[in-house]
Amino acid sequence: MSAKNAALQHHFEDLGQQYESSQLGMWAFLVQEILFFGGLFLGYLVYRSSYPEAFKIGSSLLDVKLGGINTAVLIASSLTMALAVYWAQKGDKKKIILFLTLTLILGSTFLGIKVVEYSHKWHHGLVPGEMFAYSGPLADQVRIFYSFYFAMTGMHALHMIIGAGLIVWLMVKAARGRFTAEYSTPVEMFGLYWHFVDIVWIYLFPLLYLIGRS
Amino acid sequence: MSTAVFKHRADQQAEDNGHTKNYLNAGFSAKSWLLTVDHKRIAILYLISITTMFLLGGIFALVIRLELLTPAGDMLQSETYNKMFTMHGVVMVFFFLIPATPAVFGNFLLPLMIGAKDLAFPRLNLLSWYVFTFGALLGVTAIVFGGVDTGWTFYTPYSSTYANSNVILAALGAFFAGFASILTGLNFIVTIHKMRAPGLTWFRMPLFVWAHYATSIIQVLGTPVVAITIILVALERLFKIGIFDPALGGDPILFQHLFWFYSHPAVYIMILPAMGVISEVICCFARKKIFGYNFIAFSSLAIAMFGFLVWGHHMYTSGQSVYASLVFSVLTFLVAIPSAIKTFNWTATLYKGSISYDAPMIYAIGFLGLFTIGGLTGVFLATLAVDVHVHDTYFVVAHFHYIMVGGAIMGYMAAMHFWWPKITGRLYPEGWARFSALVIFIGFNLTFFPQFIVGYLGMPRRYHAYPEEFQIWNVLSTAGATILGVGYAIPVVYFIWSLRYGAKASANPWKAKGLEWEKADSPPIAHNFEETPVVTEEAYAYEPKRG
Ligand code: HEM
Ligand SMILES: [Cu+2]
Repeated sequence: MSAKNAALQHHFEDLGQQYESSQLGMWAFLVQEILFFGGLFLGYLVYRSSYPEAFKIGSSLLDVKLGGINTAVLIASSLTMALAVYWAQKGDKKKIILFLTLTLILGSTFLGIKVVEYSHKWHHGLVPGEMFAYSGPLADQVRIFYSFYFAMTGMHALHMIIGAGLIVWLMVKAARGRFTAEYSTPVEMFGLYWHFVDIVWIYLFPLLYLIGRS
Repeated sequence: MSTAVFKHRADQQAEDNGHTKNYLNAGFSAKSWLLTVDHKRIAILYLISITTMFLLGGIFALVIRLELLTPAGDMLQSETYNKMFTMHGVVMVFFFLIPATPAVFGNFLLPLMIGAKDLAFPRLNLLSWYVFTFGALLGVTAIVFGGVDTGWTFYTPYSSTYANSNVILAALGAFFAGFASILTGLNFIVTIHKMRAPGLTWFRMPLFVWAHYATSIIQVLGTPVVAITIILVALERLFKIGIFDPALGGDPILFQHLFWFYSHPAVYIMILPAMGVISEVICCFARKKIFGYNFIAFSSLAIAMFGFLVWGHHMYTSGQSVYASLVFSVLTFLVAIPSAIKTFNWTATLYKGSISYDAPMIYAIGFLGLFTIGGLTGVFLATLAVDVHVHDTYFVVAHFHYIMVGGAIMGYMAAMHFWWPKITGRLYPEGWARFSALVIFIGFNLTFFPQFIVGYLGMPRRYHAYPEEFQIWNVLSTAGATILGVGYAIPVVYFIWSLRYGAKASANPWKAKGLEWEKADSPPIAHNFEETPVVTEEAYAYEPKRG
């Protein structure tokens, strides 16, 4: 029998079983996430088909430039994340930390731009609630568009914030030399999560920013 | 090389303390419980939490039944009454019945039944208990600060726009309980896929495990939808986002769709694990192999799948399209089939068995009868024309109590008695147990059967006053509820008594089949088995009766 790897938890027979379990668990978790966001997407579809005109108006008031930049930033962060996973599998501590740092920077950039966008919307009175001040055509329905905008991007941003926290946690672990060629599961699993969050945005961007533009 | 050489730290400690080691004496400090990652201890933590919630929910039930003793609304104001049935429903559904069998018995037994040392993610398991308890505390806070009055279904626009009670707190409580339920389901799925002992193929697994597999699928697929729905209701209340507010162009019916998309499958989260219990108990006390193993296993999966396609049967009168209602009606008829298959198979298992009537079996037989009544009346309700007549009457209340109390809680009680010796290492007093099982059976029927009648006669649910001619049925029901309450109180007393004074249980007091009985001690050691068991036979290989 080979020496027990320090990363092997007591209730698993070997690292292979442990790895497969983590993988299945992560995928099941992502399925759960799809249904969670699915509720929002369903609501969006229902109201978009009820109020297509208002959704176009609402969409046209969003800042496509910032949204587009953010899309590029997120895709870039997916690349750096994939590289972090690659180096984790090789067990290269320095490179893992490097690419996790880059991912963190890109993720924070995304969130920063989101804050700028939100504050613009706030100043233009497009945040649903007491302060909602849009008074153009179809005001009530436009407000529903903005409800979805904030609910969906907000929920997405929340996932990004949690992700950023996890990156910091992974960096600490990496710095302590926990990831080796035999064991890099946490980085890989987090990679799946991060890509998932990116993909959600890939759907959000056209649905929110691009409808009714030609 | 065998894994037994690596002694579990906790087992080593127990030995050093000079006991026969087991998971209970592996540590006595509060920390050894509150930070445990042992699935068996977490099951006990859950048991304590949900029993507390059950008592709380029971108090509300008692108040409801007292008010309904007389036709006039004389004890409570209508607003207070609304709060009582809401809090009863919220507590019982979200904080008791959904976690009950999976989080206690599933947690305790799954690893033992499949020959694993623990669930795949022990820390996640502990986290789920903390998340659940946090949710339950939010729920209790909502109650302490004046309660909620929306009904357990939180229908909009009342919940989102008009209600003046602690809707957000209570709904967030349900949100966190749901989160815990997702974590449990995820853990079970991975455990069942990846942690089975050598030789334990899918079709050798106990049906209890199959039932929990199907339950977990529902938990993982359904719960996130109600989670996001709850968040939208909270946002609607906080920021008037308009999604469910007709005054702003929102659609309150959308809430019902989203809610029932989860909550119909959720009724199967409550019943499927109990069905798993029944398969185990019936085989053991009829001393027979299960009849139609594959059918029972696959019917669990069928329920998990079809259960997602029938939510519209709660909305026949909501104004949804008649054609949608038609389709939902047909699909609802279909979903009754897998349940019927199970019931027939259990009955066939009893046929020519050598049956003994110990308490778990009394509960199991009670389950068969009561679940059948509940299921068949469900088919009545699935029939469009009938449902328009009885929707939102006591007929519906009786239907789901027959299934949730007569089915799910009977199964839970069967599990409680069947595995109590395994969990605690003590025997409960059999005479008292049989007696209280009968009391519960009688009390239950007296409580809920009259509700079928009074509902059919037209008494609506959720009112604190009613016409005089309905009084007799309500008096019967309240009398039954009192008996039922006594029936539930007796086991609480003797279970606690048995912890100290009960006779010591052997590893397999029922001579039952299954790894948890044949290969593990009572109570089991901290890492379950001395050596990883190897499975060489099918489930339920009971000796056939001679002669
Ligand atoms: C055998 C299959 C079943 C069928 C065909 C069925 C059918 C139905 C129908 C049509 C309704 C709607 C009645 C109405 O509101 O007018 C209903 C309500 C309900 N059923 Fe079932 N049911 C079945 C099994 C179950 C199970 C297994 C459970 C729980 C463990 C359950 C719990 C409920 C609950 C809680 C409600 C009412 C919810 C509410 O409005 O507060 N049912 N059932
Ligand atoms: Cu239903």
